[in-house]
Amino acid sequence: MEPQKAQECFHCGDALPPRQRFEVVIDGESRQVCCPGCQAVAELIASAGFADFYRFRETPAQKPDPDDRNLAQWTVYDRPELQREFVAQGTDGICEAGLIIEGVRCAACSWLIERGLEHEPGLESVEVNPASARARLRWDPQQIPLSRLLARLAALGYRPHPASPDIARSSARREQRAALKRLAVAGLGMMQVMMFAVALYAGAFQGMDPAIENFLRLVSLLVATPVAIYSGGPFFAGAWRDLRARSAGMDVPVALAIGGAYIASVWNSLRGSGEVYFDSVTMFVFFLSLGRFLEMTARHRAGTSADAIARLQPTTAMRIDGDRSERVGIAELQVGELVRVRPGEVIPCDGIITSGSSGIDEAMLTGESRPVLREPGDPVTGGSVNINESIEVEIRSLGADSVLAGISRLLHRAQSERPRLAQLADRVASRFVGAVLVIAILVGAYWWHAAPEDAFRIVLSVLVVTCPCALSLATPATLTAAIGALARKGMLVCRGAAIETLAQCDRVVFDKTGTLTTGQQQITRSRFAAEPGANRAMAIATALEAHSAHPIAHAFAADATQLEVTDARAVAGGGICGSVAGKQYKIGKTSFACDRRSEIATLIADQDGGASSWIVLSEDDRAIAAFELADSERTDSAAVLADLRDLGLELEIASGDSAGPVTRLAERLGIDAFHYRLTPAQKLELIREHQHDGETVAVIGDGVNDAPVLAGADVSVAMGEGARLAQTSADIVLLGASLRPVVYGFTVARRAMRIVRQNLGWALGYNAIALPVAASGIVQPWMAAIGMSTSSLLVVLNAMRAGRDPGPPRIAADHDLHRSEPSQAVT
Amino acid sequence: MNILFVLIPLSLVLLALAIWAFFWAVGSGQFDDLDSPGWKILMDDDSKPPSSDQSEKPAPRDDD
Repeated sequence: MEPQKAQECFHCGDALPPRQRFEVVIDGESRQVCCPGCQAVAELIASAGFADFYRFRETPAQKPDPDDRNLAQWTVYDRPELQREFVAQGTDGICEAGLIIEGVRCAACSWLIERGLEHEPGLESVEVNPASARARLRWDPQQIPLSRLLARLAALGYRPHPASPDIARSSARREQRAALKRLAVAGLGMMQVMMFAVALYAGAFQGMDPAIENFLRLVSLLVATPVAIYSGGPFFAGAWRDLRARSAGMDVPVALAIGGAYIASVWNSLRGSGEVYFDSVTMFVFFLSLGRFLEMTARHRAGTSADAIARLQPTTAMRIDGDRSERVGIAELQVGELVRVRPGEVIPCDGIITSGSSGIDEAMLTGESRPVLREPGDPVTGGSVNINESIEVEIRSLGADSVLAGISRLLHRAQSERPRLAQLADRVASRFVGAVLVIAILVGAYWWHAAPEDAFRIVLSVLVVTCPCALSLATPATLTAAIGALARKGMLVCRGAAIETLAQCDRVVFDKTGTLTTGQQQITRSRFAAEPGANRAMAIATALEAHSAHPIAHAFAADATQLEVTDARAVAGGGICGSVAGKQYKIGKTSFACDRRSEIATLIADQDGGASSWIVLSEDDRAIAAFELADSERTDSAAVLADLRDLGLELEIASGDSAGPVTRLAERLGIDAFHYRLTPAQKLELIREHQHDGETVAVIGDGVNDAPVLAGADVSVAMGEGARLAQTSADIVLLGASLRPVVYGFTVARRAMRIVRQNLGWALGYNAIALPVAASGIVQPWMAAIGMSTSSLLVVLNAMRAGRDPGPPRIAADHDLHRSEPSQAVT
Repeated sequence: MNILFVLIPLSLVLLALAIWAFFWAVGSGQFDDLDSPGWKILMDDDSKPPSSDQSEKPAPRDDD
């Protein structure tokens, strides 16, 4: 079993609370976990005999939500009105449902789910696909209600979301299957044709029975035909699309190369003389298909925006009708109805609070790291989280009219308006193809007059010898290798063109919350009055905060020796009050905890930061302690930013959070350009301005509010822990919690583009020599064959260099070493 | 060398069979998930229901 890292939760990998221990015995060893939720899940896994999960998983599990273990929460999924949305019943009475499962990260997760559910009575089958995080559940509703299965899933630490079974068998799966079949045909065909080609080459040197030679050519034709037409089909379709749109993309030269070489070879093998190039055709199709297949796999892994919306919105809500309250599906709600949202729940719709006041965490939508107090009459937004108290909300807008849907529309618009940098290879290739066509026509015209019977043969040899194989392979092969190298470093490249853009970037714009910081509140500084002293004050603060679900409370880790708090009460927009040993304590905002401002000022004794980031603990209205809370910075943020600066990149912060935290973070990280309180639209505007000034901008973010700006950037990177919506609009998704892979990204991308340029140079140079030779009509068959294969092979081998390991992770300490080898960084 | 005229078409038949088998496998969903089946083989031995195996001692492991 993997050794437990000190100070990390064995289950979810979060930092352990400093003063409290939760333990689980797994395989006879005691392991530390961070919270009761993880403890419950880990105990369930261990007691059911599934401890192997911990041995085989690749990443820590998702932190479970304690609420998920509650069976009652899931019973609403037994309602027929709700099931209509995502359950299909077969004629044999077996139901089938598609689910999106949150927290599935690797094969070990799918194993755990399948094993964990298989002994439930009435369950027919469960299939989990770790790549798409989707599951297909088949069960007999006579024997077991769906809610039991969902509750069991949740108890294992995986929260299910309904997805329609049609979507589960959707285009993504069809696309993947079709691509796999094409790849297999190309691969097998390539091997066969290569075998025949070796025989033909040997025959060209040693002499060969003409009957056998002709036979081998015809057999090659037979095998290469499905490869060119079936496996190469998407390239022809893409080229046709490009031509109709009057834009010469990469598919045009590719299709021309495949088509030209194939038709020339067919012509030559049918008339029984001249050279055949079936080996080049099949190899070319195989390598290009392989590159596209890898890119597609990465894209599917990052998910679709339909999935993302499904995860963001709750599927059920508590509807209130007079005295009756009933849990119903979101689709059943109507504008004007009342819903009750309990603390910790996601608000299902946009609306107005009618009763109750509570702190609302809008971080997902605005980036604001602290909850905002909302009172009766205030608007709330669907997708934000209710923190303190139960509230009732009158529904104002649902579905397509909601703010969330608006963000998603902004996202689509940004995606469609995204500036497309003309790709280097595309530019070179389309000019090259134009030049070759013109030359072929000129050569044809010349030979038509000089020797009409040779004209067609020579024009074909010009087209084939100058075949842009090497040219067309230069970029895809290099990008494929670079994508593979980055995936091993924890960076998933969803769009291959992102590599080229990444190499050209001048500026990196960071989001703050969840990107440069972890999004978790931590105590950064604390001050204590002499009486009753630091230990006692800390214990009281911890005991009080244990009664709150507020994110601030996470900063105070619950202590094992908790003091008895009586009459504890959370006051929305203020803090928590309660009595300990007969004394009245309050903890929270300065104005809530203590009236005497001077007392607080002496306690804090801090001139620079505003008092707003401090919370105060008071004993009978006397301030006894103050804590400064801040969103804690990622441990590697500073080092990564320093490395990025060394790569010559401009750095900038664009955050939706308030001025104070953003300014302080920017100062600490040494970033001069920072912006705060930006809405998603303003962030997008900021990026547009930079792009207008001719800069290429990379954006790194995590939240839903970042999704439009990620989509609008030249190249975008989403945090792996962030919102799925952000990931779907990003070119690159980081798999772990670290920013470190971004540095690799820039290094590998720049090296890859250097290799692409070398390849293009080589391919153009080769063609510059081959073209006149072919045009003069003196090309020997073996020269053409060897030249063509060698030029493609060299390009592929050179491309492989892009996949080499970009070196061990650099830490801040070896900056000097890094500076001394600038060739690594600068092209 | 005339045997080639028999053997090569024979190899093509085998090739066609291999491609047909692969298409069938893709169509029946065997390639939809390329990650987890590999792990399942390694992990299958501990998947007995807890009721029957809690009393037994876990088998000694030497696979890691």
